[in-house]
Amino acid sequence: MFNNFFHKMASPKYFYRISGQLLPWLAVAFVLAAVAGLYYGLVVAPPDYQQGDSYRIMFVHVPAAWMSLFIYIVMAGAGAIGLVWRIKLAEVVSISSATVGASFTFLALVTGSIWGKPMWGTWWVWDARLTSELILLFLYLGIIALHNAIDDKRTAARATAILAIVGVINIPIIHYSVEWWNTLHQGPTVTKFDAPSIHISMLIPLLLMALAFKLYYALVVLMRARCEVLERERHTGWVKQLAESQ
Amino acid sequence: MNLNEFLNMGGYAFYVWTSYGITLLVLLANVIGPARLRRKLLVDIARAARRARKAA
Amino acid sequence: MTPKRRNRVILIVLVLAGVGVAVGFALKAFNENLMFFYQPSQVIAGEAPAGRLIRVGGLVTNGSVERQPDGLTVQFAITDNVDTITVQYTGILPDLFREGQGIIARGRLGDDRLFIAEEVLAKHDENYMPPEVADALKASQEAGAGTGNAQ
Repeated sequence: MFNNFFHKMASPKYFYRISGQLLPWLAVAFVLAAVAGLYYGLVVAPPDYQQGDSYRIMFVHVPAAWMSLFIYIVMAGAGAIGLVWRIKLAEVVSISSATVGASFTFLALVTGSIWGKPMWGTWWVWDARLTSELILLFLYLGIIALHNAIDDKRTAARATAILAIVGVINIPIIHYSVEWWNTLHQGPTVTKFDAPSIHISMLIPLLLMALAFKLYYALVVLMRARCEVLERERHTGWVKQLAESQ
Repeated sequence: MNLNEFLNMGGYAFYVWTSYGITLLVLLANVIGPARLRRKLLVDIARAARRARKAA
Repeated sequence: MTPKRRNRVILIVLVLAGVGVAVGFALKAFNENLMFFYQPSQVIAGEAPAGRLIRVGGLVTNGSVERQPDGLTVQFAITDNVDTITVQYTGILPDLFREGQGIIARGRLGDDRLFIAEEVLAKHDENYMPPEVADALKASQEAGAGTGNAQ
C-alpha cells in the first residue's frame, strides 16, 4: 500500500491534484494554531521576571529560528534524495523550500535584533550564534541565486542540491555555537536534556507557534512545489488541459 | 487587563509590535507570491497552447 | 560572451564574494570572542593589555552601582567570584543591566586599572518565568540556605 502511495505521489499530475486538496486544510490548521499561539503568547502568558513584556518577541523569534534550521535540513535532505535516486518530486520540494527557509532565517535575525536592542543593549554583535545564523541566510540566498542562474531545471536542481549539502556543516555549528564559544546569546532553553527552563505558561504559546510555523511551511512549500510542477510539465497534455480549462 | 495596557506591552510596544508586524508581512508575502505565480503560469501556458494550435 | 554566460560569470563572482565575506565575518567573530575577552581575575593578574580595545565580562557586584553627578556616567564593579574590577561607562545601559547580572563591557583598561567602557552589553540566562514564580523560587532558596541545606 505504501509503495503504491509513493509511486502515485511521484507522478506530477497526482501530486498536483492531492496537494490542491490538502492546501485548504493546512491553511485552516495554520490559522487555528497561530491564533491560539498568539492569544496564549500575547494575552494569557505573564510577563517575564527579568525582561518584562519584551520577552514576548520570543514567540516569533524562537520558532522562526527553529524553522530556519529545520527547513535547511529538509532542503538538503530532499536535494540529496533527488541527487541519488533522481526522484523529481524530491528536487521540487528541495528548491521550493529555499525561499521560505530564507524568510524564516531573515525573521529570526530581524526579530532577534529587535529583541537584543532593549535587552542586551545592541542591535547586533558578532558572536558565534548570530554570525553563523547570518551565514545560513547567505547560504539560502546563494542557493536561490544559483537555481535562478541555470536554465535547465534538472541541472539547476543538481547544482543547488550539492551547494545545500555542503552547507549542512553550518547547521550543527549554529546549534552548538552557544556551547562551543563564549557568545552573548544565551544557551538553549527548550532542548536542554534536563527539564526545559521555561515556565509552562510560556512554553505552551511557544510550542503552539512552533506548530503553526511548521504547518505554514507545509502550506507554502506545497504552493511553491505546485508552481514548480506546472513549469516543469508545461509541455505535457494534462497541464495544457488544466490551464485552458481555467 | 485593558486594551491600552495590552498595546503598551509594558513599555516595549515598539519592539514587540515591530517584531510581530514584520513577521506578519513576511508570512503574507510568502503566500501571495506563489499564489500569483500559479495564476500567471496557468495563463501563460494556456496562451502558448492556443498559439501553438493556431500555428498548426 | 553571450548574456547567459556573462550572467553565470557574474553569479560565480557573487557566490565567491559571499563566501569570502562570510568567512571574514566568522574570523572576526572568533577573534572578538576568543582573543580579546578577559575576566576580572585575568585583568588583576596583569594579563590584559592597557590602552587596547578589549572586552571584559563578569557579574555586576551587589551594591556597587554608583551614578556620577552628571547623571549619565555610571561606575560599577564586576566580578568573576575571584577578583573584582571597576568599570566606568557613560551612556544608556541596557534594560537588563542590574546588580547580580552578567555583563560584557567593551573598552580600554586605564593605567589605574579602571576600565573605561565604550559599550556595555547585558547577557541574560536561558530561564523564563513569571515574577511570582521567581519570587517563590528565591524564597525557597533562601529558606534552604537558612537551614544549611544549600550546596
